[in-house]
Amino acid sequence: MPEVRLSYDIDGDDFSSAGEASVAMKKALRQMGIEPETIRRCSVCMYEGEMNAVIHAGGGRAEVLVSPERIKITIEDDGPGIADVEAAMREGYSTAPPRVRELGFGAGMGLPNMKRCSDELDIETAAGRGTKITMIVRL
Amino acid sequence: MTNAEAARRLGLDCLCPGEEREVSGGYAGDLLSWVMGRAGRDCAWITIMSNVNVAAVAVMAEASMVILAEGVKPDPELLRRAELEGIALYSSPLNAYELSWRLHEALL
Ligand SMILES: Nc1ncnc2c1ncn2[C@@H]1O[C@H](COP(=O)(O)OP(=O)(O)OP(=O)(O)O)[C@@H](O)[C@H]1O
Ligand SMILES: [Mg+2]
Repeated sequence: MPEVRLSYDIDGDDFSSAGEASVAMKKALRQMGIEPETIRRCSVCMYEGEMNAVIHAGGGRAEVLVSPERIKITIEDDGPGIADVEAAMREGYSTAPPRVRELGFGAGMGLPNMKRCSDELDIETAAGRGTKITMIVRL
Repeated sequence: MTNAEAARRLGLDCLCPGEEREVSGGYAGDLLSWVMGRAGRDCAWITIMSNVNVAAVAVMAEASMVILAEGVKPDPELLRRAELEGIALYSSPLNAYELSWRLHEALL
């Protein structure tokens, strides 16, 4: 299988389309015949990353590279960045505003879920400079 | 047990029949990233959340049905998305505890 590249725009101001990139990625992976457990892990990584870009950064971009050995998911935004990554990685830590908490977000479990479901997680971020999250799920 | 059978045995109201799927467990919760991280595949997901994000989580977590507890009404956008994605969406006047034990009995 040659490397396959999937690219998605993550719309930041439209909550009703939130999750669309993740749902599209999931369908694409299924069509490629990736095994269910791997799809499940990629789904968690992509969904949490997509929603963080929507909620905390006003949208962004996602790229998924599928090769025979691994799936690499990169989610990038030009939002405010994460000032304290160590705090952000803790279960329960969230700066989500009340209006998104009312929708069920803000448990502070997104980044911990991404860590648990990926084999490698890398966060490049700085306050005021956006965030780039790279996750690798090995096949 | 299929999702439609589970619905019948729990006396649920059908909002959207969705695709037929096997139900092999349950999960009750309203915080979306808890559900994402913890709900097992093919579970019946019981929640009082009614906004459109429930649809994406149900698809991503591979829930085989969603049950809106306590008589919660779905937002129109959630219903539309459930129809689009083939999600089995039901409602019940019962609370999450009552639905959970009924589901448990149905699964025995
Ligand atoms: N892309 C991002 N840009 C800026 N800040 C972010 C970004 N992603 C995460 N954060 C920060 O890290 C915190 C923790 O993120 P995490 O996904 O774990 O929890 P959450 O999004 O607040 O809630 P949940 O994911 O459970 O709905 C966020 O509250 C936010 O402060
Ligand atoms: Mg999050």
